[in-house]
Amino acid sequence: MNNTAFRLTLPILFGYLPLGTAFGVLFTTQLDHAWWIAPFMGLVIYAGAGQILAVSLLAANAGLLEVAVAMFVLNARHLFYGLSLLGQFRGAGWRKAYLIFGLTDETYSLLTSRPRGRDRVHEQHVDFRITAFNQLYWLIGCTAGALLGRMVAFNSAGIEFALVALFIVLTIEQYKSLGDSFPLWAGAAAAGLAILAVPQPHQLIAAIAVVTAVLLIHYLWHRSRTKPEASSNDG
Amino acid sequence: MTDSHYLAAFIAVSALATFATRVVPFLFFQRHTDHPLVIHLGRFLPAAVMALLATVFLQRSADWQMPLPGADAMVSGLLVVCIHLWRRNALLSIAVGTATYMAFQQM
Repeated sequence: MNNTAFRLTLPILFGYLPLGTAFGVLFTTQLDHAWWIAPFMGLVIYAGAGQILAVSLLAANAGLLEVAVAMFVLNARHLFYGLSLLGQFRGAGWRKAYLIFGLTDETYSLLTSRPRGRDRVHEQHVDFRITAFNQLYWLIGCTAGALLGRMVAFNSAGIEFALVALFIVLTIEQYKSLGDSFPLWAGAAAAGLAILAVPQPHQLIAAIAVVTAVLLIHYLWHRSRTKPEASSNDG
Repeated sequence: MTDSHYLAAFIAVSALATFATRVVPFLFFQRHTDHPLVIHLGRFLPAAVMALLATVFLQRSADWQMPLPGADAMVSGLLVVCIHLWRRNALLSIAVGTATYMAFQQM
């Protein structure tokens, strides 16, 4: 059982080690705090893009309200992740709090795309181990990066591209598991629109609002095409 | 506020704001799990949001003042796509793309 969870999380291991390392290096090369703060942030915040954004907010000595708004907006996509896992996490007891806490982009894509059996309690245990493995990889990456940034005089300019590369890889993986390119075009178009029309601090939330509206229309259109009597949902 | 107090408050605020985005659906939508709209969003939204994030951050990492505007991010991003479609190895795709982009930045 542990094996199943471990094997499933291998792609995340390969994503989180370099990304966590990138965060750790950024943290220690750009800020003057103790190295262990980097893995500590990985422990209590646990958000890839959020932590990388946090480095620039810390460097700018940003106000706490600004920090709260920026982190919430950057992570606002998570609001929707929970929607597809409500049923799956139901009755998970004490594990549920951690499953929710650990719902990163990568954990989410893994939990929603993996094959599931009928035994929900067993599947929740697997979900829990997947989440814990992923956070462990993230912590190892953050620690390694923080120490690396301290010890080696190393030109890290451009290392933040790991975040972009990770999102590209995850987009391809989402497409492979969904087999439908419509949401990809909708997402990219919404992003393009937001980039052109909205100032940078609000682009993410604007694009997310637009793409959610597009998917609502997509849903209504789908529903009007399939007979209301035919209650089975063919997606 | 001292430096370490600021840092502690910063981390607490970031942790709470991040957790809030994850827990809200479970607090407010628990009763609507089998609504077809929720199923629809749950199915299509993740792919849309990933494409959205990739697009936004790709645009932000690009240098639009270069002779060939945006070439640093576009070439690196295209490499990630090609290598990932070819080998489907996330580490390899991310490493090659990031190294290419770093080379552009440090040239």
